[in-house]
Parts: sequence; C-alpha cells; structure tokens
Amino acid sequence: MFTLVQRSFFSTLLLLAATACSAPPRDLNTSLERATQEGRYVVSMQPPAKAPAINQLHAWQVTVRTPDGQPVSRARIDVDGGMPQHGHGLPTRPRVTRELSDGTYLIEGMKFSMTGWWEIKLAVQSTQGADKVTFNTVVQNPAKGE
Amino acid sequence: MRPSRLISLGLGAALLGVLPLLSGFGQAPLRDAWAADELAVLRSLQLSELPAPPADASSRVENLPAAAALGRRFFHEARFSRDQTVSCATCHAPERQFQDGLPVSRGMAEGRRRAMPVVAAAHGPWKFWDGRKDSLWSQALGPLEDAAEHGSNRTRVAQLVREHHRRDYEAVFGALPDMSAWPADASPLGTPAERAAWAAMPASARAAASRVFANLGKAIAAYERTLRYGESRFDRYVQATLRRDTAGQHVMTPAEVNGLRAFIGSGQCVTCHNGPLLSDQHFHNTGVPQRDPLRPDVGRAAAVAAVAHDEFNCLGPHSDADKSRGCEELRFMVGDDDPTLKGAFKTPSLRNVALRPPYMHAGQLATLSQVVGHYARSPAATVGHSELAHAGKGHADRQPIRLSEAQARDLVAFLQALSGPVIDGESP
Repeated sequence: MFTLVQRSFFSTLLLLAATACSAPPRDLNTSLERATQEGRYVVSMQPPAKAPAINQLHAWQVTVRTPDGQPVSRARIDVDGGMPQHGHGLPTRPRVTRELSDGTYLIEGMKFSMTGWWEIKLAVQSTQGADKVTFNTVVQNPAKGE
Repeated sequence: MRPSRLISLGLGAALLGVLPLLSGFGQAPLRDAWAADELAVLRSLQLSELPAPPADASSRVENLPAAAALGRRFFHEARFSRDQTVSCATCHAPERQFQDGLPVSRGMAEGRRRAMPVVAAAHGPWKFWDGRKDSLWSQALGPLEDAAEHGSNRTRVAQLVREHHRRDYEAVFGALPDMSAWPADASPLGTPAERAAWAAMPASARAAASRVFANLGKAIAAYERTLRYGESRFDRYVQATLRRDTAGQHVMTPAEVNGLRAFIGSGQCVTCHNGPLLSDQHFHNTGVPQRDPLRPDVGRAAAVAAVAHDEFNCLGPHSDADKSRGCEELRFMVGDDDPTLKGAFKTPSLRNVALRPPYMHAGQLATLSQVVGHYARSPAATVGHSELAHAGKGHADRQPIRLSEAQARDLVAFLQALSGPVIDGESP
C-alpha cells in the first residue's frame, strides 16, 4: 500500500500520462443535433446502431431541416473532418450517396482509424443557401465481441 | 495449542485468503500500476484483440487451402523472373521476417524502397508503402512486371505456369487458355518490344493472359493471408496486468515498461501505431529524411491515381467483387488533391520491429535508436508537410512529442518486447 504522498505522486503521474494520450477536451460538445453556423439549417446525425470497429467502413444518416422543422430535400452535402489533436484528416473521403427520404441522406465511406476525438464537418447547400456545421464524436474501442 | 490461538490462526489464514481479493478492488499490489484509461489502451494493443483479416471480395479463392498451397509454391518460384534467380522470397525471405535486411531491395536491379514485411498484410486496405495496390493479389503482380524486381512479363509468366504448375493451377482456377499463338514475351508495362508484342495480340488473348496473371496473384494472396504474428512478451505483460498478476508483469523489465509508458504517453507513438498490429494502416508524413534528395519520393500522393486506374484493382475486370456495392475502400479513397498525402507513407506494423532493421520506407535509419531520435526531434519535412507538431509552432491542438534521453532509451528497450514468432499457416 502507498503512503498518502506516494499516492498523490502517482495520481499526478497518471494524470500527466492521460493528458499526453490526448484525451478529448472535457467540455467537448458531442451533441448529434446542431444548428449550422449561420442558423440556416438544423442538422441531425445518426451514427450506425452498432458502434463500428476501428478501421471498419460504415455509413451514417444525416437529416437536414429548416429552423422551423421543414425537411430540406435535394441538398448538396459535402463531408470533411479529421482529428484536431493529431493534425490529420479522415482516412477516407465519405460522401452522400443518396437521399433516403425527405431531408434524410446516407453518408457512405465513413471510417475512423483510431480512438479519440474526431470532427465531422458538413457543408450544406440548398435553395435556402450555403451553411456549415461541425459535429464532434469520441471514438472508443468497442468491447471484445461487440 | 489453546483454542484462542487456533481461532486467531484461523482468522489470520482467512484474512490472508481475503486480502488478494480485497486488493483487486482497492490499490493493487502490482509491480506496475496503470490508470483505467491506460489499461484500455493496453488492452486494445494485445494480439488477442486482432480479428480475422477482413474479407477481400475481389478474390473468391482467398480462403481456399489449395490456392494457398499453390501460392506458397509461386512465392518461392524463381523461374518466373527474367534470369530465373529471383522469387518473391528473395526480398521477402521467411528466415528474415519476410524482408531482406536491406535499405532498398535488389531484384534485377536496385529498387527505390524497402521490402515490406508481408506478415499480417491482409489486415490493411492498402499495399506497398504508398498504397498503390488495393489487394494482396494485385500487389503480388506488381513486382513480376517491374524491371527492377522479377523483370518478367505476363505472357512469359502464364506460359511458365502452364509448363510447371498446370495441374495445381487448373484444380483451383479451371482450364488454362490456349497459349500456342501467344508471343513469348509480351506485356502492357514491359520493354518497347514487349509492349509492341502485347499490342499486336488480339483483345481476347490479352484478356486471357491477364486472367492467368491475376489468378497467379490470387494464389499468392491466399498464401500470404495465412502468415500471421504470434504472441510477444508485450502481449503476455498486458495479459498479466489485466488479470492483476504482479509476478506475470516481470516478463517485461522496468525499463521496457517505462518505454511502454512513453509509447502510449508523451512519445505519442500510439497515435499512429495503434491496434493489435500497432498500425492505423494509413498514410502520414512525419518528416522522414529522403533517401535521395535529388529524386524526392512523394509517396501516397503519386499512388492515388495509380491505384484508381490499375486494371487489377477491386473495380477492374479481374476482380470478383460486386462492383456496385463493394470496393468501398477504393470508391471512398482520399483523393490526391489532399495536400497531406504529399510525402506520406503507410504506418508499418511494429510487431517484430526489433528483428527487422533498417527502418522507414527506404531504410534511411539503421537502428531503432535513430528512429526514436527522429521522432524526438520531429524535423520539418523536405517534401510536403510533417504532421508532427514542432515546439512553439505546432497545430493548434497537437502537442509536440516530448521524450527525455532516458525515455528515448527505454522506448527502444520496449520495442524489443514486441518480438514474437511468425506463423506460416501454409507451412508443410
């Protein structure tokens, strides 16, 4: 058993190690429904029901509505992103492959190559104008067997 | 013995029995303590967490034992090379970790890059240092027609298959085509004479020759899929740590454990060297020095167009994949308009890394100390931009790598603990 001093020394060490592992910021907003920067749209993201494995290709769904809740059809949505703490982008170039229903689109080709904080940036363009929104997601190792 | 003494002895024994249980919940009496988030990282790096290699829909024979057995013979077949002395195993020698120990490989001539270890290569979507191939079978075809490697061509190779391996080939792939009217040496990639001979062949004969060639690659790929890594001391250390076995932690020295702390901590190695193979299987520019500054190697940036237009890619005529739904890696590949691909090379696995110097994509660094020293300095790239942060002028959120001399030394020690056996699943 450690003395109190040893314990606090250890927890300081552990804290330093955890920080060096690039833990996501504590106040990170991971909301999956957000207004775009200029307020033209409200965008909601639906990740796959089952968390994908690291490096597994998968698809998300995204729904675009006007601020008063009307679905926005025939929008052009460009997908970008990356890991701000590591200075690299997405390992793939995901894109919207089709509109599944009014205002809901399929993003295929998503992949996360490691655990940690990833940004997913969408640029939305429709007859309502162009606007942008960034989502944050923290990727964790799925437990074995999941 | 007085009864009270017996009772206290019994109590003592009971307490002794309970103590290890209690310690599992409180402060563990482990030699090396790890925080919960660190344990999660260690768990994710264990070899036992590695799933089976992802299915490659572009080859329907990838799990066929007869194809793997034939592929093993093809892998060692020197008659395929121009002067009949070079086989795949020349540069990917089984007794040398499926590499050759050279900075750049030597077939018919000296190449530009280091031979890659083919063990566990089935796990990543992109092959070669720059990912200019998208499957193991397509990768295996490149060297055969490369003037610096086998220096051969596809009609010659197809005729050698007929001459020496006909029965086994036909058992896996069906009847060989009639080659009687084919030129001895013809290829769309060869010498001017070979290219002219190829152009003069009827389209149906060209397709048939390419089909035999592709199948040869698929057999080699089926063999390479069986090559995997066995457990290292590091894996045994993590198992011991997770089951709170302090004696088991002695499989790694304290210096190696310090190195492991740096690996997942301030050294940031685990940023790219993650998962059970210690690779994210993607491309990064980390400012590695150019082997030949006069002929700079842009890596991934030049490979994107090559793989997109390769007739042997997942979307090509010799792929067995459903091209409307499959081939997602290729269909959603990052384009060469992305500036981060310039000077970027694939993250290699660190399994058995201490057993296979020299290092980097062209053997630029001779020792692991030099490799760790490179990352500790994080120099600017001479081609493209290094994604490593530099003290004072890094990316907004990325911290520079911080390694003391002692940590660098211990990191090198830790890398020795990643060595384990190579398992050849096709070994006769």
